[in-house]
Amino acid sequence: MGSDDRPLQGGDLIRRHRLSTRLWHWVNAAVLVVMLGSGLMIFNAHPRLYWGQYGANPDPAWLEIGNDGAEGYLRVAGAEIPTTGLLGVWTGHDGQPTARAFPGWATIPSTYNLALARRWHLTFAWVFAVPLVLYAVWSLANGHLRRDLWPKRREMRPRHILRDAADHARLRLPRGTKAARYNILQKLSYLAVMILLLPGMVLTGFAMSPAMAAAWPWLLDIFGGRQSARSLHFVFAAALVLFFVVHVAMVLLAGPVNELRSMVTGRFRLPPERERRG
Amino acid sequence: MSRRLTRRRALATLGLGAPALLLGCDRLGRAPSFRDMVLETGEWLSYRAQRLVAGQALAREYAPSDMSPVFRTNGSTRPRDPDYLAHAETGFADWRLAVDGRVARPGTFSLSDLRDMPARTQITRHDCVEGWSAIGQWTGVPLWHLLQQTGIRAEARYIVFHCADDYSGRPYYESIDLADAAHPQTILAYAMNEAALPMGHGAPLRLRVERQLGYKHAKFVMRIEAVATLAETGLGKGGFWEDRGFYEWYAGI
Repeated sequence: MGSDDRPLQGGDLIRRHRLSTRLWHWVNAAVLVVMLGSGLMIFNAHPRLYWGQYGANPDPAWLEIGNDGAEGYLRVAGAEIPTTGLLGVWTGHDGQPTARAFPGWATIPSTYNLALARRWHLTFAWVFAVPLVLYAVWSLANGHLRRDLWPKRREMRPRHILRDAADHARLRLPRGTKAARYNILQKLSYLAVMILLLPGMVLTGFAMSPAMAAAWPWLLDIFGGRQSARSLHFVFAAALVLFFVVHVAMVLLAGPVNELRSMVTGRFRLPPERERRG
Repeated sequence: MSRRLTRRRALATLGLGAPALLLGCDRLGRAPSFRDMVLETGEWLSYRAQRLVAGQALAREYAPSDMSPVFRTNGSTRPRDPDYLAHAETGFADWRLAVDGRVARPGTFSLSDLRDMPARTQITRHDCVEGWSAIGQWTGVPLWHLLQQTGIRAEARYIVFHCADDYSGRPYYESIDLADAAHPQTILAYAMNEAALPMGHGAPLRLRVERQLGYKHAKFVMRIEAVATLAETGLGKGGFWEDRGFYEWYAGI
């Protein structure tokens, strides 16, 4: 934002994220930690996943984390992967081997306590769901969704998407004025998170609630049963973790100080254009 | 160089920050004030929100073909109480259910008394707090019918179920509010999957409260008490696990 009328260029400081985006971002960052940690603890109470309306120990599980004595394993769709030390059996705080699915360093609380994990999960679920609805409404009202996130027709051309993917793969991130707006891969991943994964977490959560499934029986139909909803809750959570890992990696690659500042103060310095060669 | 250092610092912050954060959560989870003021708000909100949204909506009822091939048992599967075991020996022929507390006509009911009352049969899904589900068929007398027979009084607010089983000498009990007590699917089941209720599932009588989690479905029900407050039963939180383990009294989610 130069004071003169010259066009925007690399090195300029621009206003990147509005207050609602910054607030929602950091609330979500905290909520993700609590929901993931307490969610993994809840999973430990019954570390098996099923498809369909019902599913318990006598029924076949498509995913199971368990142990044969001192050997931890992860069974997915018939394949068995040894996971001793990480999943199934791991070393607890006391130095003793602990036979639980997810290890204490990843769960809230760090020792087995289903009741306490549920309190965390079902309280912070409100801190997750209410701002999600508010932000969705606000993003529709203020044009954020339409202007900043919704892909333009030309951006959706396969050639454009492929070129952007190739640039990302070579870690040639946008610079100069191009960095002032989200690129197509960013738009698609943010939209997938906002429109599919986050509402998907809330709705699969509702489908697992016996009271909500009574009030809104269509929840059981769209997910194919309560145990399918529980499986999808886990799959969506894994997808969110994947998003988180890539997101943090991209922040580190794009310049963590500038990126963090933009999400705290809203101001973002456009990375200078590359020197043209030859 | 400075950029490398920044990245390294950022990575270190992430690497050390996450476990520190989780340890902080452990601490908070033990603090009584944080439990009262923060961690209990979820139950408060869910109870009110779900009552508002669900009203008297019915839980889904399934077809016989949807039933679990094996319905696993959970919790107590054989109470130790000698009186209970003596009744079990004789097929509960002389056993009687007591109904008392804030009712106009306290009384006792034999299994055949209960079987002579209007019956409801429902194939429903049982959702355990641990995460598993099983679908089974239950037959029993609607709880509300029994409470009307005994003349539930206006000051009654909760229905308490006293059970024959115990954990380390502490008897199991559970309680529900009147909205659930009057719900048409809330029944006292004496039959499961078209046979007499097996001991593992709570013979001779268990509660089915279909819009809440499994631990609310009291098994081995010996006595039903209508109360104005939960404060005078057990440790005052309305149920065995609620008293001992920080489990929610309202378990609709």
